[in-house]
Amino acid sequence: MIVDVGRFAASETPYWEELEAMLAALDRDVARSLTLDEARRMHYLYQRAASGLARLSGFPEDHVLRLRLEPLVARAYAEIHETRSGQTRFSFVAWVTRVFPATFRKQFWAFRLSVGITLLGVIFGAGAILLDPPSKDVLMPFSHLHGDPAERVQKEEKNEDLRLGGMHGRFAAMLMTHNTQVSILAMALGVTFGVGTFVLLFSNGIILGAVVADYVRAGEGVFVAGWLLPHGSVEIPSILIAGQAGLILGRALMGWGTRKRVRARLRETAPDLATLIAGVAVMLVWAGIVESFFSQYHEPVLPYWVKIAFGVLELNCLVLYFWLAGRGKGARP
Amino acid sequence: MNGFRPRGLVIRTPDGVAFSVPLAGPYSRFLAYSIDLMAVTVLNMLLVLALSPLGLLGGDIVGTLATLGYFLISMGYGIVLEWFWGGRTLGKWLLRMRVMDAAGLRLRFNQIFMRNLFRAVDMLPAFYLVGGMACVLSRLNQRLGDYVANTVVVRTPPAAGFSESLLGAGKYNSLREHPHLEARLRQQTAPVEVAVATEAILRRDSLDPAARLDLFAELAEHFRNKANFPESALLGLTDEQFVRNVVDSLYRGQTCQANHS
Repeated sequence: MIVDVGRFAASETPYWEELEAMLAALDRDVARSLTLDEARRMHYLYQRAASGLARLSGFPEDHVLRLRLEPLVARAYAEIHETRSGQTRFSFVAWVTRVFPATFRKQFWAFRLSVGITLLGVIFGAGAILLDPPSKDVLMPFSHLHGDPAERVQKEEKNEDLRLGGMHGRFAAMLMTHNTQVSILAMALGVTFGVGTFVLLFSNGIILGAVVADYVRAGEGVFVAGWLLPHGSVEIPSILIAGQAGLILGRALMGWGTRKRVRARLRETAPDLATLIAGVAVMLVWAGIVESFFSQYHEPVLPYWVKIAFGVLELNCLVLYFWLAGRGKGARP
Repeated sequence: MNGFRPRGLVIRTPDGVAFSVPLAGPYSRFLAYSIDLMAVTVLNMLLVLALSPLGLLGGDIVGTLATLGYFLISMGYGIVLEWFWGGRTLGKWLLRMRVMDAAGLRLRFNQIFMRNLFRAVDMLPAFYLVGGMACVLSRLNQRLGDYVANTVVVRTPPAAGFSESLLGAGKYNSLREHPHLEARLRQQTAPVEVAVATEAILRRDSLDPAARLDLFAELAEHFRNKANFPESALLGLTDEQFVRNVVDSLYRGQTCQANHS
């Protein structure tokens, strides 16, 4: 259809400007919702702009009017046709007490798988140390773990390293950031259809199993429990949840058990992934603080039974949190 | 009329309207990322400067805040800016780009969050190789983070105003002297032909002189065959002016008729 472009632009511009103003107002406040009259007016303006764009369909793609109308119609379309649950103001308390644990439970299958993969690694690492002790140098990436566990315990208990030399804060910050980056990687590697996540969880399990077996074999089981449990009871579940997120992503990409298209599957799972990894980051803040300010102290400064009891208490609280928090009305993430 | 724009995201609405959004290419995205990287570096330098007075209180405090600050700035820069600035970061804004939902829907926070977290994989093994390769191979120029978050990065060209003067409005048009031939011309002309002629006029200054002459000669010949205007109407008209008059007659026919009546 041939339109009188000048007259068309002149007559429609006020409507386009009104629509632009409404969209700009929504952009400024993401949690704002329209009144019924505003929604009706926006729908009318959107339809008018879309109709105008249709009238320009014979014009080239980079015609000045199309260049103006297409982004406008695109933005209005996004507002009008958005059917996912509304954007509400974020409440950290609601997120911690309801959304995060409910999402964890919703995707519990992936957590079980994550635990299973890690346990396989633990068994492999522990078996390797028990059956072939010299393999320690290969299995453990950190040089401070290569020595004799008994010597390390003696050194730690004599306080020879001055307990981080007063750099607890910096050490805690390093732990938080490093562990969060590893967790993000564990989730993001799910993009390899879960293979990368599997490898990362398995290798983490190998290191954990090897370290524990090495200390237990040397008769330092109490020390290693007192050393790992206070922070490990939160840190290890955090990595497992990150792995859970990676495995969810891997499954979404593979499409097991659903006929939906991959884009639809990813669109469904993305909010869960974001929730889980954000939860992991929060957990790792706590784990970093505990590891730096608590785990580094040993007997005689801090009795091992206190450290072990603290770790067991944390683990129980964590289990109760994921089991009970957010159940009932409005728990669905 | 194809070939004016590179690959674009075409969205068809349930109302039957289709609109396309031009996608940002890998090269421009890399440039935008380079700018953002510089911005993050500057922010981190400012952080170090801001923290330096706290050195009096002890190195641990400064070290803790610097480590956390660097991490939060690096991770949060893209997330915060894209969320509060309509899918833009500084680099994207300067290069006229923004992030949008791949289905044209409203961009959600979790999408922005995820696409930024997935830089961890896109950056592997170095220099954004994985993300760059994914972007080049993807039909929608998506890196892995975009793919998982269902987002695309689009170009947002400046909104150009439509100027009637470009078509020669207000000037004498000799074809107007022959309304029956103008009517025939309108009857014989398809919208896409008018669009081609209009675009040729709007883009005349960007064309090479020789190419411009050839283009308008071809267009003039095309329109002359549709309505046989007398020599008196064409006397002294260049090919370009003839095409301008044709477009003016086609666009303004209804207005003129309305005014005459």
